[in-house]
Amino acid sequence: MAIPVLKASALTKRFGDFMAVNEVSFEIRPGEILGLLGPNGAGKTTTIQMLLGLVTPTAGSIHMFGLDLSTHREEILQQVNFSSTYISMPQALTVEENLCVVARLYGISDRARRVNDIIKKLEMEEFRSKTTRKLSSGQMTRLTLAKAFLTEPRILFLDEPTASLDPDIAEKIRVLLKEERRASGLSILYTSHNMREMEEMSDRIIFLQRGRIVAEGTAREIIDRFGKADLEEVFLKFAREQQQSS
Amino acid sequence: MKLHRITALLVRHLYLYRRSLPRIMEIFYWPFLDLVIWGFITLYLARYQSQVPGFVTFFLGALILWDMLFRSQQGITIAFLEELWARNLMNLFASPLKPSEFLTATMAMSVMKVTVVSIVMAGSALLFYSYNILIIGAWLMPFVLNLVITGWIIGVFTTSLIMRFGQEAEVLAWSMVFLFQPISCVFYPLEVLPTWLQMIAWANPAAHIFEGMRTVLSAGASPLGNLAWAVCLNGVFLVVVVAWFYRTVAYCKEHGLLVRVGE
Repeated sequence: MAIPVLKASALTKRFGDFMAVNEVSFEIRPGEILGLLGPNGAGKTTTIQMLLGLVTPTAGSIHMFGLDLSTHREEILQQVNFSSTYISMPQALTVEENLCVVARLYGISDRARRVNDIIKKLEMEEFRSKTTRKLSSGQMTRLTLAKAFLTEPRILFLDEPTASLDPDIAEKIRVLLKEERRASGLSILYTSHNMREMEEMSDRIIFLQRGRIVAEGTAREIIDRFGKADLEEVFLKFAREQQQSS
Repeated sequence: MKLHRITALLVRHLYLYRRSLPRIMEIFYWPFLDLVIWGFITLYLARYQSQVPGFVTFFLGALILWDMLFRSQQGITIAFLEELWARNLMNLFASPLKPSEFLTATMAMSVMKVTVVSIVMAGSALLFYSYNILIIGAWLMPFVLNLVITGWIIGVFTTSLIMRFGQEAEVLAWSMVFLFQPISCVFYPLEVLPTWLQMIAWANPAAHIFEGMRTVLSAGASPLGNLAWAVCLNGVFLVVVVAWFYRTVAYCKEHGLLVRVGE
């Protein structure tokens, strides 16, 4: 079996009395798409923030490419990127300027070509010179995805990457993700509230509830284990349980 | 430290200034307006207070030097606020960018701002009041360097507070520096302060610079003592405040504040 590119061991985050993530352990293998599912407040975003070094874990460890994130932050984050519907980019800069800044930040050589390539790939030519504040939410999502792809990461964290995209662009993004995975062995941690998309995209899925892993496996295995018709029903079961207990 | 990451942040801010009139105004308009108002006040007072030697020289010199300190502090704090307003902090802190590179970039921004503001103010003073800041002589450069560093210290301190307490603390970006103005003895000598406040002012590097400026302009004497105090105090405070910035970043990561600071 391939050596995992990401290994989270007993990852725990406590904010005062609130346990946001509770001894979560998982691995991502090269070229694997791992789906992270769970109702709001289950700990998905906190987990991703810990993986990006934005939040320090209370306990546990994170290793990527065999390196410890707490001691090799710079080397690891050079090979990792993320996209989320909850982030923005400098509003007064154009799409192209924003991407150029990101390219510089990651020390990309041949910046102009790479920025051009990614703009073409994500069909952003028509708004490449628009200032970011004038973008629609779908265009903004494409920009944050372009930012994530631009640096050619080995691991990509995608927090609801297609949430505000129209079905056509969303489908193109999914195809692109699969292509990148096939071509470069890109590994992806993926969250979405679109269960059909999760089934289609994920090789394996982890279900979080109240900060703990409550189910893990392929979409089919999880559906069968809980005797449900589809992933959406499994999701609803966990969401309602969490709601009742809070 | 990697130069390309520092350059990336500088380029990002230069893009911003290139097409933002309010930001350009911040560099040209306010310093110019400051100078015009204070220039007229100085001329008026000089007419009736002629027994105070070098009145115009003191006031306009002090005003220009104070603005350098102020713009140096703003260069740091506003650069951070720009990231906060743009909700861009997550993008930066989830990249390989180190806190030291972030600080270096903001310090470089502040030097650029100070340079432009100094040229605008010195040029305007010469044009409208026939006042030449260069009369301070060779001491001008070490004075300016020390004031820029004092501005960095206040800027990094303020930035840490905003990072720690969130957007509601952003008013500190404009108000914090004025807390230091009375004890910087910008427009009056240290001796006019009450004794207890003199002791506090003595620990402020800027007070030594303004005292030094008056020493040069009034007596033409060497302000080496004042300069030595300013250099030592700046050195100590800069180390302390940078260490505190690092501690604040770590604290914000522990408490999840870094991802919520812009909310």
